[in-house]
Amino acid sequence: MYAFELVRPATVAEAVAALAEDGAQALGGGQTLIPTLKARLAMPEKLVSLGGIAELRGVTVEGDEVRIGGGTPHATVAHEVAKAYPALASLAERIGDPHVRNRGTIGGSLANNDPSACYPAAALASGATIVTNKREIAADDYFQGMFATALDEGEIITEVIFPIPQAAHYEKIRQPASRFPLVAVFVAKFADGVRVAVTGAAENGVFRWTEAEEALSADFSPSAVEGLSADSDGMIGDMHGTPEYRAHLIGVMTRRAVAAAG
Amino acid sequence: MPDGGIGASTKRREDVRFLTGKGRYTDDYNRPDQTYVWFLRSDVAHGRITKLDTSAAEAMPGVVKIFTSADFTTAGGIPAGWQIHDRQGEPMKEPKHPILAEGKVRHVGDPIAAVVAETRAQARDAAEAIEVDIEELPAVVDMRAALEAGSALVHDDMGTNLCFDWGFVEDNRDAVDAAIKAAPHVTTLELVNNRLIPNAMEPRVALGDYDQADDQHTLYTTSQNPHVIRLLMGAFVLSIPEQKLRVVAPDVGGGFGSKIFHYAEEAFVTAAAKVVGRPVKWTSTRSEAFMSDAHGRDHVTKIELATEKDGTFLALRSTTLANMGAYLSTFAPSIPTYLHGTLMAGNYKTPQIYVNVRAVFTNTVPVDAYRGAGRPEATFQIERVIDKAARELGIDPIEIRRRNYVTEFPYQTPVAVNYDIGDYNALMDKLIEIADVAGFPARREESAARGRLRGLGISSYIEACGIAPSNLVGQLGARAGLYEAATVRVNPTGGITVFTGSHSHGQGHETTFPQVVASMLGIDAGSIEISHGDTAKVPFGMGTYGSRSLAVGGSAIVKAVDKIIAKAKKIAAHLMEAAETDIELKDGRFSVAGTDKSVAWADVTLAAYVPHNYPLDQIEPGLEETAFYDPSNFTYPAGAYACEVEVDPETGVVTVLGFAAADDFGNVVNPMIVEGQVHGGIAQGIGQAMLEAAGYDENGQITTGSYMDYAMPRSNDVPNYKVDHSCVTPCTHNPLGVKGCGEAGAIGSPPAFVNAVLDALNSGGIKVDHINMPLTPSRVWAAIQAARA
Amino acid sequence: MPQVSMTVNGRKVSGEVEGRTLLVEFLREGLRLTGTHVGCDTAQCGACVVHVNGNSIKSCNIFALEADGAEVTTIEGIAGKDGSLSVVQAAFQTHHGLQCGYCTPGMVMTATSLLKENPAPSEAEIREYLEGNICRCTGYHNIVKAIQAAAAELGSNRVAAE
Repeated sequence: MYAFELVRPATVAEAVAALAEDGAQALGGGQTLIPTLKARLAMPEKLVSLGGIAELRGVTVEGDEVRIGGGTPHATVAHEVAKAYPALASLAERIGDPHVRNRGTIGGSLANNDPSACYPAAALASGATIVTNKREIAADDYFQGMFATALDEGEIITEVIFPIPQAAHYEKIRQPASRFPLVAVFVAKFADGVRVAVTGAAENGVFRWTEAEEALSADFSPSAVEGLSADSDGMIGDMHGTPEYRAHLIGVMTRRAVAAAG
Repeated sequence: MPDGGIGASTKRREDVRFLTGKGRYTDDYNRPDQTYVWFLRSDVAHGRITKLDTSAAEAMPGVVKIFTSADFTTAGGIPAGWQIHDRQGEPMKEPKHPILAEGKVRHVGDPIAAVVAETRAQARDAAEAIEVDIEELPAVVDMRAALEAGSALVHDDMGTNLCFDWGFVEDNRDAVDAAIKAAPHVTTLELVNNRLIPNAMEPRVALGDYDQADDQHTLYTTSQNPHVIRLLMGAFVLSIPEQKLRVVAPDVGGGFGSKIFHYAEEAFVTAAAKVVGRPVKWTSTRSEAFMSDAHGRDHVTKIELATEKDGTFLALRSTTLANMGAYLSTFAPSIPTYLHGTLMAGNYKTPQIYVNVRAVFTNTVPVDAYRGAGRPEATFQIERVIDKAARELGIDPIEIRRRNYVTEFPYQTPVAVNYDIGDYNALMDKLIEIADVAGFPARREESAARGRLRGLGISSYIEACGIAPSNLVGQLGARAGLYEAATVRVNPTGGITVFTGSHSHGQGHETTFPQVVASMLGIDAGSIEISHGDTAKVPFGMGTYGSRSLAVGGSAIVKAVDKIIAKAKKIAAHLMEAAETDIELKDGRFSVAGTDKSVAWADVTLAAYVPHNYPLDQIEPGLEETAFYDPSNFTYPAGAYACEVEVDPETGVVTVLGFAAADDFGNVVNPMIVEGQVHGGIAQGIGQAMLEAAGYDENGQITTGSYMDYAMPRSNDVPNYKVDHSCVTPCTHNPLGVKGCGEAGAIGSPPAFVNAVLDALNSGGIKVDHINMPLTPSRVWAAIQAARA
Repeated sequence: MPQVSMTVNGRKVSGEVEGRTLLVEFLREGLRLTGTHVGCDTAQCGACVVHVNGNSIKSCNIFALEADGAEVTTIEGIAGKDGSLSVVQAAFQTHHGLQCGYCTPGMVMTATSLLKENPAPSEAEIREYLEGNICRCTGYHNIVKAIQAAAAELGSNRVAAE
């Protein structure tokens, strides 16, 4: 790692002030950022740790929505939303490993927007709202391609609001080495329609599979998406799978997610 | 027999320190005033260094000194420990392997310069400030392309990328060609034995220290064989007399072959410590390990098996390209040759065999021994081609093996080795029982009901362990002996320290070797201590690899204890005023046959060191003996393995549901440890077959440079294993009747896994002949698509 | 340089660190607690697992300063004060759940966490929980067996206490 200063603000306001400085970067749980720093692929002058900010942590369930503080670790989410939003809890408890889940945060995951991360699929399929220190951003506007989001420099995710669907499921096939999703699909059925978000597959990161959404909104059953196949154009191709394989898996994962969501 | 003797599953005494965080691994060692080194490594596969300017870096904070190849003009290259002669009798091409690159870089990770600084971070910071320009050259990656005319050359002065073209047994070549031509049936398979990265969990570490007062060098290093490192580094690289060089390999966190070899970093820290006048420490990161630890396997093979229509084997021909990487690692030339060709008979009485291996230089990390070392490569070819032949001929895969098993011993193979003993049918019988082969059809139906394809894969293997004897391997090109040494030091009060040349890095020698000695002397194993891993303490030993520690190192201990017993009997005879021939040793007491006279072990040992009443005219005081044991033959463990898998035809995902192994290791000293060795080997074999592959792109960049892309087997990738070692045919030529168990699991399991997946597919109506390892979901799915197209 | 203070294995410690100093570096180099190991640099192998405020984490993937004020337990703090092995440690020895010993501290710390969270895990649950701990020697069989045995023993201890 290159040398940097590490600061631990106690409030969002202090963090925002610290992040306003040149060369400052936010540090969430660090589960992706620290390995990146070790490889010297990033060179911040100052790291602003969000780990000491109590107001960023916590889960509340209110009516038909779940609100999760941006600094909440995956393990807490898995535990706290198990009743209110089991599909989201199930996603959280399958991220990385137990140690990563004790450190990694939802805000960190969404801010990083790794094309193979789990949380973006849940946020997009749920039609979540990303709340920052400045504004509220709809998930549909938030994800802007691989590692790209609507966040401005120094903007911090303070909360994520998930509407709770009638039925949902997250189906994933793991990349054998990293254990990130090779392809994973989050299906969420709401009163006004079905949303299907795909992660791990596309070069541009998480996306909605609109053809499947239409078919499932008309008939929420595995057979509705039988024979439907995603386009391999723009899919990731690497040693773990060709674009064609990933496109194929999107169909399989979607069918299985619908079957499991019931 | 005391508790904790031969045959007992004694708990491991070394575990207590490992479980409480008190292990002493190399990185846990620190010397006063120590400095740290960071190696600037090439980020291109092949290129000429046109500029190397360290001046800016030298001015960086904390820098002590920056080294380049100019600092090593008098040093030798890292040597190869085995010389192969080609089909014409010419010696292999043997390029220089410098400590730091001389003018040219030849693989990603090749060290160019080394920064010694006050802290590790400062060394790395300064390394980035070194100005280096490299004129990139075309990378030689693919072995076939490397041998084509006009290919770029890894070593310009050699004029070729071919290291050697080896035939074995060369005199069999024409006869095998003719037999295959004339055979009623020939099964052919082209396959890849995938390149692996050993990945011992402890990354390599080297700490060099120099004591000016008495001109003594000390190297602490993560090694499986400290004496071999001392010999190679002292004699060939740094010209340090052995009496001035101590090599210590303390607790070592796994080896699997990768810590046999002498590496440039070891020579560097040893030399640099003298130059800077302070200790120099190097701790590899995992990322560095991927591009600096020797890799394993990497063969491309065509295998042809000629048979009668009834499945009787007539002839076998293997034609292989073996990747050497950019330089010859310590034992690299021996792996695809004598450790591979000699095993090509497998468990079968194939009358005619010919093996051709062309070893190729490429712009990749050097390739050398990895758990099994040549023997998995041989077994995989044989067991895969047999399965394909069985399918073609319509014979059951178990039956075709049985029809061809060697059943009479000793058996002289057509590939030089002579199997002393074995019972392969008994192993297959045992396997069928423990794998519940009879229940398989019902299990397959149960899977089918869930839309899954279930498969059962069988393999047999034979291994050759404890490679020997030294005079034979010397004729074959080994530049070292392959004996083992032991010193047994009996203390005055009867306790014992055994100094062994074997090295334990997970095998449990500290527990098992005392079991052997305790059984021989009839004393408590708890009073016996093992010392290993320090050239200043132990006799010249060859270390631990090739499943040799008990068969060779254990035999050396037995020989030394034999000498101890012989001398102790003389002392006892004197004490009891009896004839030496009448003395018996039982349960730690010496007695005079046919009388009630006896003396305790400790009485005799005390007399040896306090020789007041002692036959000084006949024997010397003291009770300490050294033995060197050089085996007369290899040992030949064998086994039969079964793997049961389920394939999800929609995704290509393979799940391993069961794995059974029936092994004949000869006599077993500690069953618990033997079973653990098999478990670990199986997991590595499943890793090779299902998950692991070191990848290079066409520019020679490593595509699997971390655990993000190199798939290590994890707990949820593997099942519980059923292992059995009750079929015992004791080795006929070592005193313990033992054979070795360290590599078996990794040898027998890859073909069992692949055969299982292919059984699942073919029995499900999906006609697939072969899928190259690793059988990732993506590859299995692609094979299914191709079959259905 | 910044100062960091924490409680490690019940002992209050402090030291100077850089911003970039990892917790594992502080433990190994600052406190000479070398039982915690480093096996990779991508936070996957789990040889460095310790407990921070009761939760298992990878100490190579957290800065020392982030653990300021925390309660840290390392492998050196697991055995009894008299040196007696914990139930989990003893089970690893009895069932040969370790060979070279390098991944072992992380495995023991992880197994200890698992049994605290889930006193009676199934084999599948154990295997999933070990996802972030790589062992190259044992093939996992005996690690799983050791954890099952420890769970059984802790369970019967609990019953006996009630």
